[in-house]
Amino acid sequence: MLKRIILFYADGFRSMKTGRKLWTIIFIKLFIMFAILKLFFFPNYLETNFANDEERADHVFGNITKLPQNKKQRRL
Amino acid sequence: MVEHIDLSQVNWARAQFALTAMYHWVFVPLTLGLSFLVAFFESIYVRTANEEWKRITKFWMTLFGINFAIGVATGIIMEFEFGTNWSNYSWMVGDIFGAPLAVEGIFAFFLEATFFAVMFFGWNRVSKGFHLFSTWMVAIGSNLSALWILVANGWMQYPVGMRFNPDTARFEMQNFWEVLFSPVAISKFTHATSSGFLLASLFVLGISSWYLLQERHQVMARRSIIVASVFGLLSSAYVAFTGDEAAYSVAQRQPMKLAAMEGLYDGRTSAPLIAAGLINAAKEPGDKQAPFAVELKIPGLLSLLANREAGSFVPGVNDLVFGNKEHNIIGAEERIEKGKIAVELLRTYKEARKAGDKDIANAALKAFGDYQDNLGYGYLNKPAEAVPPVGITFYAFHIMVITGTIFPLVFLFFLYFQAKGTLSYQSWLLSLGILCIPLGYIGQQAGWVLAEVGRQPWAIQGLLPVTVANSNLTTGTVQTTFFIFLALFTLLMIAEISIMLKQIKIGPEEN
Repeated sequence: MLKRIILFYADGFRSMKTGRKLWTIIFIKLFIMFAILKLFFFPNYLETNFANDEERADHVFGNITKLPQNKKQRRL
Repeated sequence: MVEHIDLSQVNWARAQFALTAMYHWVFVPLTLGLSFLVAFFESIYVRTANEEWKRITKFWMTLFGINFAIGVATGIIMEFEFGTNWSNYSWMVGDIFGAPLAVEGIFAFFLEATFFAVMFFGWNRVSKGFHLFSTWMVAIGSNLSALWILVANGWMQYPVGMRFNPDTARFEMQNFWEVLFSPVAISKFTHATSSGFLLASLFVLGISSWYLLQERHQVMARRSIIVASVFGLLSSAYVAFTGDEAAYSVAQRQPMKLAAMEGLYDGRTSAPLIAAGLINAAKEPGDKQAPFAVELKIPGLLSLLANREAGSFVPGVNDLVFGNKEHNIIGAEERIEKGKIAVELLRTYKEARKAGDKDIANAALKAFGDYQDNLGYGYLNKPAEAVPPVGITFYAFHIMVITGTIFPLVFLFFLYFQAKGTLSYQSWLLSLGILCIPLGYIGQQAGWVLAEVGRQPWAIQGLLPVTVANSNLTTGTVQTTFFIFLALFTLLMIAEISIMLKQIKIGPEEN
């Protein structure tokens, strides 16, 4: 059964024409998104700057109860 | 308060999100609608056993695959942005959005790994019936997958089924079903998916028109036009019905958005609908200027559509900003005062908790309950900040409605001339069919511009403005990623269009 499923997918990929170009685009796109953009440009702000959920909650709470002119800007 | 925030940073973050969302929405509606059209074509093939219908199915399935492949994962970028640019918002709604987005992720994965594979690889390898079943599952599954993100968006426009927990600074879900079946979520889902059906019908109609003008693949083109026109016509009616429901929902729950959609400053009974108009860009809430330079009104229709009652009162921007005692409308001015008390009570609660003063903490929390509905207003500096950009909202709404009104007429013309057997000679109509593809996309984008610009300044309606929802980043950081996305999206768009055009030029034989 497992072999049949693997063969189904393998044959399908092998017989693709336009699909090959599309898969190449998908892989390049996913690489750019996850290996470059996510890693270097889109760190999770709260995960990066605070150690635990309590600190994160405190930070957010501070932002929603503080006057906005006190918000400090950070460079990631 | 707002002038102290780096507004350009917020605006760059908003522009970046708008860019990403609009780009994502280029692909999604076509996937939603074309998946059903492919299922229709294949159903006819299975029923008639006519090989031409199989050829037609495979051709449109290839275009569906191209659109899906280029568009796949473009929505993930928005999740990146939540964590980086909108961290306060992201933290506060994590409990609400976690469940629907997780369901969507799991659902999409299983759908794509199984039925998509059978749909594309399964010709001649599985039975006709199972292949058809898989195609239908892709269509139904793709549309259901869109439900979850639209539920999340609906919640932002009408936050229900939750409570705010000041200890975690989070909105926590209290009732999943209330979130799922919120009237705003349902009207968002039905309107967005039906507009996708309409766009896909225009797409099939336009490409088939091009084949007829080129005198190529005429049998396929005519058959595709019949199916697309019938589906498009039915979808147009459904879009109109769901659009009416969506507008009614906006009127009842987001009256400021409705006022902006119609450029209505002074509320009135038997309010007219502005069919078309030229907004006076200098108009401000409370001034005496006319809201329009030119306008075409339909008497009484706005009251009827907004409240299902012809003579009813529809509040305008001024009523919602300054209040209207006669109609029991609390203005933004008063809500700002209440909102500031809510913010102050939150601060008091937190400080008392830290100091271990339970009595003060409990009293502050109890009092907060009376003011929390106005929390978001506490972050606004002046009442006029509660007004969305009226010009953009008005024009986006009217572009959406005008394009949506043209399309059913186009489908009717196509069906009429097809029935007469003279469609191939109507080059004007075939050219119009091609033009309807970009018009369809413009209408789609206008719909989302209306939905999102019209709800400004709120990230969460009435509770969290965008100026507080964002992260404390520098403008340069957001600008950099904005331009990276712009370049990446432009490249992907070029790839999509060139591969799609190449495939269309090749036609059905080579697929």
